[in-house]
Amino acid sequence: MDFGLSEEQLLLQRSARNFLDTECPPAFVRALFDDAAGFSSELHPKMAGLGWTGLLVPEKFGGLGLRVLDMALLLEEMGRAALPGPFLFSSVLATYALMRGGSPAQKKAWLPRLAAGDALASVALLEASDRLDAAGVTLKARQTRDGYRLRGVKMFVPFAPLADLLLVAARTRGKGERGVSLVLVEKDAPGLSMRPLDTFDRTRRVYKVKFKDVPVAGFVGERDRGWKRLGELQDLAGVALAADSLGGAQKALDMAVEYTKVREQFGRPIASFQALKHMAAEAVSDIEPARSLVWYAAHAFDTRAREASRAASLAKARLGEVYARTTNTAVQMHGGIGFTWEHDLHVWFKRAKWNEFAFGDAGYHRERVAKFDGY
Amino acid sequence: MDLAYSQEDRAFRKKLRTWLKANLPKKDKSIRALPPHHPRRIQRAKAWQRTLYDAGYVALGWPKAYGGRGDDDVMHQTILNEELVLARAPSLIGASGLTMLGPTLLQVGSEDQKRRFLPPLLTADEIWCQGYSEPGAGSDLASLRTRAELVGDEFVVNGQKVWTSGAQYADWMFCLVRTDPDAPKHRGISYILIDMTTPGITVRPLVQMTGDAGFNEVFFENVHVPRANLVGELNQGWLVANATLFHERNMLGSTTRTQRMLHDLIRLARSHSRYGRPASEDPVIRHKLVALTERVEAMKYHSYRQLTNATKGRTPGVEVMVNKLVGTELNHDLCALALEIMNSYAPLNRGSAHVIDDGVWPYEFMFTLGLMIGGGTSQVQKNIISERGLGMPKSR
Repeated sequence: MDFGLSEEQLLLQRSARNFLDTECPPAFVRALFDDAAGFSSELHPKMAGLGWTGLLVPEKFGGLGLRVLDMALLLEEMGRAALPGPFLFSSVLATYALMRGGSPAQKKAWLPRLAAGDALASVALLEASDRLDAAGVTLKARQTRDGYRLRGVKMFVPFAPLADLLLVAARTRGKGERGVSLVLVEKDAPGLSMRPLDTFDRTRRVYKVKFKDVPVAGFVGERDRGWKRLGELQDLAGVALAADSLGGAQKALDMAVEYTKVREQFGRPIASFQALKHMAAEAVSDIEPARSLVWYAAHAFDTRAREASRAASLAKARLGEVYARTTNTAVQMHGGIGFTWEHDLHVWFKRAKWNEFAFGDAGYHRERVAKFDGY
Repeated sequence: MDLAYSQEDRAFRKKLRTWLKANLPKKDKSIRALPPHHPRRIQRAKAWQRTLYDAGYVALGWPKAYGGRGDDDVMHQTILNEELVLARAPSLIGASGLTMLGPTLLQVGSEDQKRRFLPPLLTADEIWCQGYSEPGAGSDLASLRTRAELVGDEFVVNGQKVWTSGAQYADWMFCLVRTDPDAPKHRGISYILIDMTTPGITVRPLVQMTGDAGFNEVFFENVHVPRANLVGELNQGWLVANATLFHERNMLGSTTRTQRMLHDLIRLARSHSRYGRPASEDPVIRHKLVALTERVEAMKYHSYRQLTNATKGRTPGVEVMVNKLVGTELNHDLCALALEIMNSYAPLNRGSAHVIDDGVWPYEFMFTLGLMIGGGTSQVQKNIISERGLGMPKSR
């Protein structure tokens, strides 16, 4: 029994924090608010240089071949820094989908480029119905004389214009789970158009993507049998967002505690007031056990297949709430300054709300767990 | 990271399980009818601790010289705690001696004190109670006023303690007393051991909201205590007590017990009908059940994390300071949901017609409320967490 991090994992955590403290401070995050793509083409190659974009990718494709627990530790630090950009969607979700379901040729074509940071990918899963069940996948992939073509609309596609490769959930037949396929669409494919949706979380840009007879570059896994793979991605996204939330919640609390130690009212630091101390204590009492839950969910994803989905849902539901609650508390602890645009706190406050609802909110995941647990 | 137990740990667990199956006390209807602190119940509880001790399952980590097993493998202690809960074994009547006094004596007691007091504490031949709180000294424990005057080689004790669990049947009390009324409040306290049969001691039971008289008021009127019963140095009692208070606060309440409670709660939700369908089919109840499941599972893995840190000898941080606050509130919240599920059946007492689960839920609902207060209220915990864990300054 060993439920702790290895020396290598602690080192990864420390070096990630140091790197992001320097390369992705709040001023950098804010500078990207006004960037059209919300992405830094300078930072990405540096992260690739550290091996992060290839963290999960097997060594033979140029990656580090590490596991989801290691990735979760890195994502926690990215959540702490509120790293803007498509890392989660490109280097975690799309990359993992190719690793698991891609053909040898697809892997050879894409994994080394993704790992090296030379290509970016994203995932197009949701539609206007915002459903997470199989009936939510209605984007049609129809067979034509020259291959499959996509017609329909995907919603909330993260960083779509940056993606050299889009992983798309499409309908190849029927209405149920059988008949959902995962397909690839390459950048600048004919008939592909996208429009930004203006959202409050400037660190995650999402798009409405229209497909007008867009050619499919290939199926990831078997045609009609994409639902199970999609479920894995859903679980992975749950773990990943839980880890991001953990880091963000810790950061918001750290900022609030630090602020109350220097802010004086009534002639003393406001950190000496019990009203504020108790808010901070409640937040850390949420965060610390939740950290253990995130580690477990990541570890289960890596090694305990039968528990993985349930663990991911527990972590996603819990951390979504903890992150939102902690950022709310942190704003309260700051008082008026915390409500301003000028202060950095709203970066995390908003990201928390994105994390809470993306890839299934607490209500969705709790219903899943109830079923896993037999009620 | 590896959640598997070693072969040796699995063997330890298997042997223990087999032993428990053969040796758990048999259910006895005649006992169940008796009031909580009836002498026959006490006898039975002592006999259980003795049986467990003889089999080598009490105080594994204590040195052999004082009756322990000299086995400081924290995995073993953890497995033992888990299995006792899973087997629904009776709790140990000597628990406060085992968890509070024992570690204190091992740390700062004299050789004579260790040899005299530790062996009978293990075998439940002597039961200990804790004399800390007073009517005027609760959260502000250091303002306690029970006076012990050193006269020759004896202390003469006068004053009152309160919330003293088990004083009705305890043989001894470990007690904080004021030995220097002129010193600053933390520096005039001593830690002494008092024989409960000494003349001048009056024990008066206090009835809790559960209806049980679990704790007591204890009055001291010119009670003579030999100076040899002083633990640590004179006027250093605050430091002596704090060594174990720290231990008590950070001690992980049994997460196994909490897991079992959740398991029982889900069973209740599936079996009890609420507004015409099983409670577990009510979307609000389902949502709440899983929200609690998240917290229970988080604490389960949180305990594994702390266990791992302990086996690796890592210095604990803020993650252990939250245990008492999080654990006690979680247990209480589990009981609160049980009551919500039971609805009109919730207030039925043990023994009533139509009572569910023998009234254990309303009882535990109230009992766990007490646990949120005893040993430092949730608010005191939050002060400790924010001051010691987060470095926020003390309030003035």
